[in-house]
Amino acid sequence: MQTIIDVEKNKKYVVRKLHTSGVLRQRLISFGIIKGIKIELLNHTNLKNTYEVKVGKMTIALRKEEAQKIEVE
Amino acid sequence: MKKYIRIALVGQPNVGKSMLTNSIGNAKLHVGNFTGVTVEKKEIEFTYKDYTISMIDLPGTYMLSEYSLEEKVTSKFLKNEEYDIILNVVDSTNLERNLQLTSELFTLDKKMIIALNMIDEAKKEGIDINANYICELLNIDSIKVSALTKKGIDHLLATIVKTYNLPRKEPKLIFSEAVEEEILKIILFLQEHNFETFVSHRTLAINLLKEDKEIYKAIHNEPIWIELQSIVQKAIEHIKLHHNEELVSDAMAEEFMAFNQGIIAETVKTTKEDKERIPLTQKIDNIFIHPILGIPIFLFLMWGLFQFTFEIGSIPMDWIDGFFGWLGDSIGSMITNDDFRSLVVDGLIAGVGAVVMFIPNIIILFIGIALLESTGYMSRVAYLLDGIFHKFGLHGQSFIPLITGFGCSIPAYMSARIIKNDRDRMITLFIIGFMSCGARLPVYVLFVGAFFSPEVQGNVMFAIYMGGAFLGLIFAKILRLTAFKGESEPFVMEMPKYRMPTIKLIWHTIYIKTLMYLKKAGTFIAVASLLVWFASNYPKNIDLSNTYTKKIEVAISKNKKIALENELNEKLLEQSYLGKAGKFMEPIFKPLGMDWKMGVALQAGLAAKEVVVSTLGVLYSLGGDVDEENNSLMKRLQEHISFASAIAFLIIMMTYLPCLAATIVFAREAGGWKYAGYLFVGTSIIAYILAFIGYHLAL
Repeated sequence: MQTIIDVEKNKKYVVRKLHTSGVLRQRLISFGIIKGIKIELLNHTNLKNTYEVKVGKMTIALRKEEAQKIEVE
Repeated sequence: MKKYIRIALVGQPNVGKSMLTNSIGNAKLHVGNFTGVTVEKKEIEFTYKDYTISMIDLPGTYMLSEYSLEEKVTSKFLKNEEYDIILNVVDSTNLERNLQLTSELFTLDKKMIIALNMIDEAKKEGIDINANYICELLNIDSIKVSALTKKGIDHLLATIVKTYNLPRKEPKLIFSEAVEEEILKIILFLQEHNFETFVSHRTLAINLLKEDKEIYKAIHNEPIWIELQSIVQKAIEHIKLHHNEELVSDAMAEEFMAFNQGIIAETVKTTKEDKERIPLTQKIDNIFIHPILGIPIFLFLMWGLFQFTFEIGSIPMDWIDGFFGWLGDSIGSMITNDDFRSLVVDGLIAGVGAVVMFIPNIIILFIGIALLESTGYMSRVAYLLDGIFHKFGLHGQSFIPLITGFGCSIPAYMSARIIKNDRDRMITLFIIGFMSCGARLPVYVLFVGAFFSPEVQGNVMFAIYMGGAFLGLIFAKILRLTAFKGESEPFVMEMPKYRMPTIKLIWHTIYIKTLMYLKKAGTFIAVASLLVWFASNYPKNIDLSNTYTKKIEVAISKNKKIALENELNEKLLEQSYLGKAGKFMEPIFKPLGMDWKMGVALQAGLAAKEVVVSTLGVLYSLGGDVDEENNSLMKRLQEHISFASAIAFLIIMMTYLPCLAATIVFAREAGGWKYAGYLFVGTSIIAYILAFIGYHLAL
């Protein structure tokens, strides 16, 4: 399964599935991260603990645990 | 009699809501808290034509979800409170995201207006919005405004009055055929049974399909629910099948998004194609959140802020100090009664003056924080630090309150509000006290000067500050593993665009914060100062005073006079309420190698750390007027206190409660006095154990 932590920087991917439920799922949806949407990795910290992604016009920071739950292709 | 219009101001974070309220002239601002929670409630009131308009600035929220404390407040307010109109502020440069909240607000069945804010910025970015067409498509008035240039504000106010006087317009929220079909089925069922609700049948149907918990709770008790349940269940199954989703909430989210995209496609034209160009924000981010350079840049900025805070802040400090000295003298000379003069000058003016003295530091620190916040850099720092902080059970956003704690714990406790998650916020609140505040510096200077050789003094000071911070991190980890355990909260945060801060907005923040500090801490400090003054001056012992006054009169040398005066002061203090309490508590401090005097100094430090030095001065017979560079006090301490006891004293200074004012603020921010109790007991136990260990290691 390919998630945000596996992808190349500055390249567009499509969200396939959110492997989470409850509050976090709601949070991701409220940021517009849902199935079929385009997503792009902009940056990550030195130790790859935190990731910066772009969805539409919005830039979002995610912890590794959260980024791993977003399956993309 | 003017008519009263109450408006709920709603929008996603970073859409310029505060800017909008600031741009309305002649408005009176009220700042308070929402009932029961420590979320700041800002309300403005102003008159417009024949109306008094009140706007409640609700915390920014992405959706009507209940993710953070602030989102809960907004959602609860919109659903339960009384108000006339929802004013939905949207960022015109990112309408697509903003409409997500807008279309959700439609399901509240309230009168509504959309303010298309930052319209100037959108124009610059080549985004052209057809506001009239939006009105037509949504059946909601949409007004182009710019809070920055005040463009469109008048039009907005006129629309508010118009909307208030006209009946509510039903917004057009249209879904795909499959969903509409199911909505219709539910509506027909409700109509057939003449079911009466506080919202329209359509709204009820939509909320049922998007699994709104409160609607389910409300309708669950109705007899109609038995039949309705199977209809809703079938509808949900149908929608899930249609969207090929496992959850109906996902399907409905897709529906809402499709609706919004439809509106955008019809009404927004992007003329300038800037796909090639890297946005400015991204260029700045390439430096500020660089994997390697990011953290050093941040540390440098912080170092600069603290240099600034203490260097510049100390200049007016002397003036304020001088002013209160002058005030005390001139008022004191007007009062003939000795006791009353002492009460006013030594108690009230000295105490309040000590607090007001920190205002310059606090203002500078708050300007710094306001800059970090309004430019958008704050979320970058949270991004950079979350990796490290997370390991200790903290959140990336904990850093602001913690770093503020090195200045003063009171603003630090207040700034912890930026942490959205309650558990993370509580842990942060609990460890702020471990960051040594500015008021503890005099005590450190005094003791380090007295007990360490000059070559190592600087290193010892650094060790004290770093040691405190490190203890804080460990304590955070312990709290996370015990009192506040459980799944760590997700870190999903918007990184807003960089924006130039406006002077008006910064000034506004500073004004509110400074006023609050003066009001809350000021009134309290006045009372606390009076209490300390009273406890150390009463009960009076006239016989003792008289005997000494006679002795002093007959004494010949000046030194002898001073020695006698000091002796009198010590005797008087010993039999005062404070002294008696000290004697009573002495057994507690014995195992740490401390006498009752050190015990009293530490207890006086519970009120305020500034008092510790002056109390020690009085107790070790030097008179109350002592500062940290007083060499003879250092000498006295060297004579009377062992090195090991001094270490124990320093350790307690580092770890126990900051001061009474801070503790009160802590209780308010944490949400109750029981938390202040936990903090007191917890830090006291830690302080005692560590001091005990320290004492025996150094012995």
